[in-house]
Amino acid sequence: MTSDQARALIAERFSGAQIDGTYPITATVSTDQWVAFARFASDELRCRFFSFLTAVDWKDLGLEVVVRVDNLDDNIALLMKTRLGPGVSVCPSIMPVYKGANWMERECYDMFGIHFDGHPDLRRILLTDDWVGHPLLKSYAVDTPHPPYR
Amino acid sequence: MSAPTVTPKRVELDYTGSERLTMNMGPQHPSAHGVFRAVLTLEGETVIDVDSVIGYLHRCHEKLSETLTYAQYPSIASKTDYVAAMTSEFAYVRAAEVIGKFEVPKRAQYLRVITAELQRVASHLLWLGTWCMDMGGALGGGATIFLYCIRERELILDLFESLVGARLLYGFFQVGGVRYDIPSGWADSCRQTVDVIDQRISEYERMLENNPFFMARAQGVGVISRELAESVGISGPLLRGSGVAWDLRRADPYSSYEDFEFKVPVETAGDCFARYRVRMVEFRESLKIVRQALDKLPEGPISSRPGLKSVAQTRVPKGEAYVRVEGARGEVGCYLVADGSAKPYRMKWRGASFSNLAILPHIIPGHKVADIVAIMGSVDPVFGEVDR
Repeated sequence: MTSDQARALIAERFSGAQIDGTYPITATVSTDQWVAFARFASDELRCRFFSFLTAVDWKDLGLEVVVRVDNLDDNIALLMKTRLGPGVSVCPSIMPVYKGANWMERECYDMFGIHFDGHPDLRRILLTDDWVGHPLLKSYAVDTPHPPYR
Repeated sequence: MSAPTVTPKRVELDYTGSERLTMNMGPQHPSAHGVFRAVLTLEGETVIDVDSVIGYLHRCHEKLSETLTYAQYPSIASKTDYVAAMTSEFAYVRAAEVIGKFEVPKRAQYLRVITAELQRVASHLLWLGTWCMDMGGALGGGATIFLYCIRERELILDLFESLVGARLLYGFFQVGGVRYDIPSGWADSCRQTVDVIDQRISEYERMLENNPFFMARAQGVGVISRELAESVGISGPLLRGSGVAWDLRRADPYSSYEDFEFKVPVETAGDCFARYRVRMVEFRESLKIVRQALDKLPEGPISSRPGLKSVAQTRVPKGEAYVRVEGARGEVGCYLVADGSAKPYRMKWRGASFSNLAILPHIIPGHKVADIVAIMGSVDPVFGEVDR
């Protein structure tokens, strides 16, 4: 499969997706389709390599979850995105599709406070369990005081 | 808001005994090479579950990068993976260059390749030395190979010192090129160093592979299948040790890597020994690339943006990019969102060690406690990059 074929296949199967670029292919889908799209990327585009999952805080426009996966045989790169919408911080978990999403979603919860629905073990990963707030949100000031170290 | 309370997953194996022990390995355990705590559930000597606790070295790199300019951050970037500092700087400046479409002169590209490859050799030397020291007594008295490897790594650090002035964290890369050109005589001493290391690697190979204890501890231990490797997202020597011929220098070439000839080693066994073999071949391939780059080093400027007068002078237009380089530990990536100012709007580190370490809970259960040390060493995590 080539990147162009992959692009065409995405457009055919997910008609609502915004698609851009070829390397990587950037596809934005609705949050409802998130898990189905991840499964499609893994099974049909054969993007089995899980690179990373993260989020971007677009302030008033809300949070955006970004995932990068690759097809290592055909060298297809896919950047999947979904906008959660203003004030929403719930996103379905793609852990059933990609094992690597386990720690990445925990990190994303830790830093952005996004609750990944269906994640079996959503705890903080880098910060301490008693940390208050989610530091990578734009509303979290750099000089926010933190509780003393235990 | 706090996390929902969830009972951690337990892996049940066939076990007829009655004792189950929870043991902390870390946060300060010599085999972790950093601060890492593994909460092990044991049945006898056998590990049945592991909960990894990380974050001890978290320094909020991603938040910090939003407050520092494109000229300031590269030297901070080197503190993520401090054992291969050149690589993280490389990923960050390339991300800014890709979004801003900044040109990088050919000579700078070659200098980047030379330093990145020397860095890979230095990092692999530290890995080999510490890994073999962890498996200790089995290798004929502990620290022998560690001292040998450190001796060789020292030669590379000397080269970096005469190039940059620093031995561990460099600040060598800048957006648009590199900061320093090589001083006179540097190329010759680099060639000599490369020859010395090349010779000694063969010596280590003989020393280790003729040692039945080393072989017993490395072969068949910590096997990672290709499916698991891809799904978790491990990269670099780990992925190639599991039978995937994936090297970013070949698959997605950057900084003139297409000009050089080198092999991408692949092993199919997926065990600690396979990962060891991949790295041993990589040593030589890196040295080969350094030689070629020194031979073909073009004349010309070393930066397209020399003479920065203020730290806020580099502005990157609105845009985003995910840029990755092949570091010593695998895919080191930087996902950068720029808003047209002198600082990034958002920057995400894809640390190779973070993803590589995430493989541990999948492969450790079923092994003995002593095997954890061998497996950890073969994964080669650097906790600065895990915790960022």
